[in-house]
Amino acid sequence: MAVTLKINGRDVVLDIPDDTPLLWAVRDELDLKGTKFGCGIGMCGACTVHVNGVAQRSCITPVASVANASITTIEGLNAEGEHPLQQAWIATQTPQCGYCQSGQIMQAASLLATNANPTDAEIDTAMGGNLCRCMAYTRIKKAIKMAASAGSLATNVGSEVVHG
Amino acid sequence: MDKQIDEATNSTTEQTQGVTRRGFMIGSVGASVAMAMVPAALLGGCAEEILNTQPFEPTVWYSIDPSGAISVKVTKAEMGQHVGTSLARIVAEELEADWSAVSIDYVDTDAKYGAYVTGGSWSVWTSFDQLSRAGAAGRVALIEEGARLLGVEPGQCVAENSQVVCGNKQISYADIVAKGQLSRTYTDEQLASLPLKAAKDRKLVGVDTLALDVPAKSQGTAIYGIDATYEGMVYAKPLLPPTRYGSSVQSVDDSRAKSVQGYQQSLVLDDPSNSVPGWVLVVADSYHAAQRAAQVIDVKWQAGPTAAVQEADLIARADEQIASGEGALVLDDAGIDAAFDAAEQVLEARYTTSTALHFQLEPVNAIGLQNDGKWELHTGAQWQSLSMPVYAKALGEPEENIVMRTHLLGGGFGRRLNGDYGVPALLAAKALGKPVKVVLSREDDSRFDSPRSPSVQHLRMALGANSQVLGMQHAASAGWPTAELASFFLAEGTNGEKYDPFSINGADHWYDVGPHQVRAMMNDLAQQTFRPGWLRSVAPGWTNWASESFMDEAAHMSGVDPLVFRQGLLTGQGKNAGSAPNAVGGAKRMSNVLARAAAKAGWGKPLPEGQGMGIACTFGQERAMPTWTACVAQVTVDADSGAVSLNKLTIVIDAGSIVHPDGALAQTEGAALWGASLALHEGTEFVDGQVKDTNLNGYRPMRMGDVPELDIEFVESDQQPVGLGEPATTVVGPAIGNAIFAAAGARVRHLPIRPDAVKQAISEAKLA
Repeated sequence: MAVTLKINGRDVVLDIPDDTPLLWAVRDELDLKGTKFGCGIGMCGACTVHVNGVAQRSCITPVASVANASITTIEGLNAEGEHPLQQAWIATQTPQCGYCQSGQIMQAASLLATNANPTDAEIDTAMGGNLCRCMAYTRIKKAIKMAASAGSLATNVGSEVVHG
Repeated sequence: MDKQIDEATNSTTEQTQGVTRRGFMIGSVGASVAMAMVPAALLGGCAEEILNTQPFEPTVWYSIDPSGAISVKVTKAEMGQHVGTSLARIVAEELEADWSAVSIDYVDTDAKYGAYVTGGSWSVWTSFDQLSRAGAAGRVALIEEGARLLGVEPGQCVAENSQVVCGNKQISYADIVAKGQLSRTYTDEQLASLPLKAAKDRKLVGVDTLALDVPAKSQGTAIYGIDATYEGMVYAKPLLPPTRYGSSVQSVDDSRAKSVQGYQQSLVLDDPSNSVPGWVLVVADSYHAAQRAAQVIDVKWQAGPTAAVQEADLIARADEQIASGEGALVLDDAGIDAAFDAAEQVLEARYTTSTALHFQLEPVNAIGLQNDGKWELHTGAQWQSLSMPVYAKALGEPEENIVMRTHLLGGGFGRRLNGDYGVPALLAAKALGKPVKVVLSREDDSRFDSPRSPSVQHLRMALGANSQVLGMQHAASAGWPTAELASFFLAEGTNGEKYDPFSINGADHWYDVGPHQVRAMMNDLAQQTFRPGWLRSVAPGWTNWASESFMDEAAHMSGVDPLVFRQGLLTGQGKNAGSAPNAVGGAKRMSNVLARAAAKAGWGKPLPEGQGMGIACTFGQERAMPTWTACVAQVTVDADSGAVSLNKLTIVIDAGSIVHPDGALAQTEGAALWGASLALHEGTEFVDGQVKDTNLNGYRPMRMGDVPELDIEFVESDQQPVGLGEPATTVVGPAIGNAIFAAAGARVRHLPIRPDAVKQAISEAKLA
């Protein structure tokens, strides 16, 4: 059946079952491959997207439950791929295999949107659900702090298209 | 098949040992100039003709086009180590290339590029000399041709930043390629005599740079195997049999799946390669449909013979082997019996490790298809040269008719050395006559991972007066990945028995212990129950757990500080003196990293109650390529619960020349935390022939909040570069175990270290 989704500011209509996880709708129906499949049970964070600006695990989110929400994937975080977090990720050379990093960045963006200057403990808590199998954790934390201290997040968060 | 294995052996041996009978050719290919290693037999021919002629299959390493763009061909898998950047930096250094003009081309499989294997922390080690010389050969040719175009003598010219500069005249590499006639050959001897830079003159190697693969990985645009698509493809998810081997499908009932939107059919695979016996593929329009259908399809199997095997059975079998005295003698120095006869004290200990999973975050997957009569496999892989003969057997097609399209790996860690996951995609594509994308769910991936085998080790040390070490024995039993998948790599012990060097490396340590005996056994029950895998650091991940814990026990029994005890045995004498090119300085370099790590960590300083420091050292992956590695771990032990908090890891590594310093640091950070995760967080067990923990609700790798403070240092050196992807993984576990002993007097001898085991060891220590 048809489901209407609002993804990266664009309305799309998909003929898929209601219970299809948002992950597969995004990846295989919309060809937005930046969001990754890791565990399928919401415990690795590789599939993290924003639903109305808040980090959510797309692998356990049925499309029907987000039909009226505004969804942002890594591709929609910043049109040029230059969100302060993405810049910090490059500056700190954070990614190793890189597979988890879209999810890490989306999770971190959600954190910084509500807490512009998180402490180490707050970062640990917020990022605790995102597994990095290469264990690039020290750099992920460093990059989050770098982006936070850059202080330009307010304007860049605004570049993420949020409706409703 | 035998021939293919022979060829795989030869090419692999050649690549890993750096043995070459090759020359180098430079010539035009289209508008560009290619620079290539070629077999020596071709050197008499015309370079341009050979580089353009397919049958000769030169190993093309890099090319320069008329705009000056330099493309370096990389056959290594990119799985987080930024390997392309490291290898391209080596070429560019000697080529005197403008780094901003360099790009990396991760090539598909093709016989002309030689062997494909990414593992063993070998990439830089095996490539450094050849890539340096390839770069130097290109530089010399460009200088000569540049000089000719400028009308000056080559001796008056130097190359820098992709320019040939001759006094006040200069010409760019781009113009030389566009206007010149670059064509020449070098013999192996000429290559060997090319002048290479002294370490102090290097501008790229050893200098930090931004890795070329990082931006796409930060922007969500990097394409992994799982992201590959192909027109007309269908999706498939496997239903896995109850055992890894020997199960057969009796019936498939998909009646309930027929109402699942998008479900197409179920396919019982017939696999001549025996890689995936008993697998059923659920085929659908989408992966989600395949997953949903799989939940309601009822497959009945005749289970294989290992359906009742438990972890304890695997351990018991290993104990039985060790007690029997069987196995291959890897080392068997004369006088071992006499040493133990003369001992005043004999220290003995048994160490064990549990089954551990790769849990690379991207589940294994592949697209199989036929295109223009050729079979294609789109996937991420670490050992294409090993897998291609398997795919050929599965398809019943010659290897030449198969090509593997290269993609990034969402983690390798050794999992993708075993290419079994490509087989179902190819078999399904053949059966269905259309492209099939097979994706394993996380649970599938874990169940039929090639896990790190459980291991059992028994160590003995003969001690004389004043705790002098008189002799040492080390016996180890585990599943052997190499026996299953790459038997050409098996070595022969002094008693004529074969053994897997990758499953005993590390036991052949650099300490002077008098006569030393090392005995290796393949756990045959493990071999039958699952497919043992190479997991980041392979044997050194468990052999050092035993030997470095044991050294600590020996030091404490002798009443000697564990650092001093080790250094007393690291004299660099006799067989431990080391040799050129890989181990210059020998055990003395180990002693040096130990001293440096101890100093940095404040070894010996008073610590609060419940805290302790432990020290350990390892030589990375193998004696032929020692990466001198020392670690001091600092922990806090809660005596009531047995819980261990890892506070800090101080690591000092001497890996010779470091090509990409920040990449080396990143690899070491990750490898160290892998070691800590395997020691404190991971581990599973076989239950009824299957891995028990198949997802993150049971298998729990380290998370951000568990990360200790890291202090990592590389020794400045201009020695041969050696491996860095794994060494830190090998040293952390025993350092943690030794720290727990220092903190609580509790000796733990099993990985992973669980609070209950610590608690029990504490109570045992109190009784003793």
